[in-house]
Amino acid sequence: MSQAQEIAEEMARRSVRTRWWLSAPALAVVFLFAIAPLAVIVLYSFMAKGDYGDVKYWQFSLDGWFSVFFERGLFDDSIGIAQAHVSILWRSVKLALITTVVTLLIGFPTAYFIAIRPPSQRDFWLFLITIPFWTNLLIRTFAIQEVFRNEGVLNTVLMWSGLIREPLKIMFTDLGIFLGMAYVYLPLMVLPIYASLEKFDFRFAEAASDLYANNRNVLWRIIIPMTRPAIIAGCILVFIPALGAYVTPRLLGGGKNLMLGNLIELQFGQGRNWPLGAALSLTLTGVVMLALLVYVRAASKEGRSHG
Amino acid sequence: MARPHSVRHQRGFTFIALMCFFLLYLPMATMVVFAFNAGSTVGQLDGFSLRWFRTALANDQIIEALLRSLTIAPIAAFFATVAATMAALATTRTAPYRGMALKVAFINQPLMVPEIVTAVALLVVFSRVKVWTGYTGLGYIIAAHTAFCIPFAFLPIRARLETMDLSLETAAADLYARPWSVFRRITLPLLWPGILAGFMLAFVVSLDDVVITEFIKSAGQETLPTYMLGQLRRNVTPEMNAISTLFLAVSVIVVSLFFLLSRKKT
Repeated sequence: MSQAQEIAEEMARRSVRTRWWLSAPALAVVFLFAIAPLAVIVLYSFMAKGDYGDVKYWQFSLDGWFSVFFERGLFDDSIGIAQAHVSILWRSVKLALITTVVTLLIGFPTAYFIAIRPPSQRDFWLFLITIPFWTNLLIRTFAIQEVFRNEGVLNTVLMWSGLIREPLKIMFTDLGIFLGMAYVYLPLMVLPIYASLEKFDFRFAEAASDLYANNRNVLWRIIIPMTRPAIIAGCILVFIPALGAYVTPRLLGGGKNLMLGNLIELQFGQGRNWPLGAALSLTLTGVVMLALLVYVRAASKEGRSHG
Repeated sequence: MARPHSVRHQRGFTFIALMCFFLLYLPMATMVVFAFNAGSTVGQLDGFSLRWFRTALANDQIIEALLRSLTIAPIAAFFATVAATMAALATTRTAPYRGMALKVAFINQPLMVPEIVTAVALLVVFSRVKVWTGYTGLGYIIAAHTAFCIPFAFLPIRARLETMDLSLETAAADLYARPWSVFRRITLPLLWPGILAGFMLAFVVSLDDVVITEFIKSAGQETLPTYMLGQLRRNVTPEMNAISTLFLAVSVIVVSLFFLLSRKKT
């Protein structure tokens, strides 16, 4: 073997070692405090529940997973659907989907509006979207709570104007949770769509227009198809946190209108059913992973057809 | 002259966008207005006053929670930034190697799992560890924050590194600079804006965290967001308006700084 080759191989070996050494701290921290706990949750979901919370160690049981969707009768062994859980799961999916659709319907025109401003004005409008994005979610939820409360701004104005006599009940309803989530997650929809629209080459639109497409046709057949990856990204960015939302439904939904996140918390608190809580957490994680998979598939298909 | 036909115009879009901005700011504006309200009923304006800011800042629980938040955030952000910088150096500007994509996926894992799931997972593990070791300090919160801050710090640092080519470093090495001095004199100064952005991002993310902290904190370890969550569940006092307004002011300042910094470059 020539000496040059030996040196090259030694360099390569050394750089491999350096790379592992460099990434070790980050990998170790993420492993210890994010990935390993998740593995523990997987184990817990297959154990028997303890009498006062926690689990009975090494007593395996499928009860946790079973009770995600089913329940046993109180007096006999009849098996029924766990209505409460199914309705909470359904509410979570429903509210997350509605939130995604509504934020898209509002977010796309808003992103478009910012993207067609003259460049000197764009920063200003973008700044207005970025402020709420960077403001604590808790505070934004609190702010919208102030508007919705029975004696809040909305009801005060509506009652003062004589449009309604009784205050509208928005707090502690599904409508309230949905409006709150749409409010707090809207910037997550606007920002990726804006990033894509900003780069959009309007010569495509002009070409279509020259071929007698009206503006709506240009929108539906040129602009939207060409910004589709960003639209999907925005939808994923809203759908995932909305599905696992905890703070917003807790503050706006009250004790009765639970979402999946609150149901999970309940199992680790008053419910004292850790295996069920673990199984519910993994169900949620599974749905989120599925959504991400759909996104990756859609994005890579897009890359192929345009690249 | 009649307005020329523009392909950019979409009927209704401007209206929706302006409504969107109005609705986005109405709740926050309300919150701020009531923070300066003299009266003690939320929902009725009784003139201007700073009394709620004074009450909030005289509240020992709030100050204690704030100080705790301001202890955790810089420590977690510092560790996260150091780890993320090292990891970014190991995963950019090289030919893809086996395990590199996996490493990146690994580091981004906290972004992909819902926060509530990470929160209960850590609760389960830490409650055991607390029993075993007897240690109930801030270490748990700092460790958890460091973990979920790493991907946030990682993003801007990696983005910055990808725009830097290796020619300057190669030139320095050709002139017999040792690897460490290449890093300190060339790579680090060029990478600095990315590291700063990563640190700020991690800091804000840690400062804002509610869910994970709420689940893993030991008794008497309220951070400002968990304290607020607890208060908001019970009763809403104008004090909360005042703290929220201060929080909002911090966000405005941070975002403005970001915009000014990024503008100067272009």
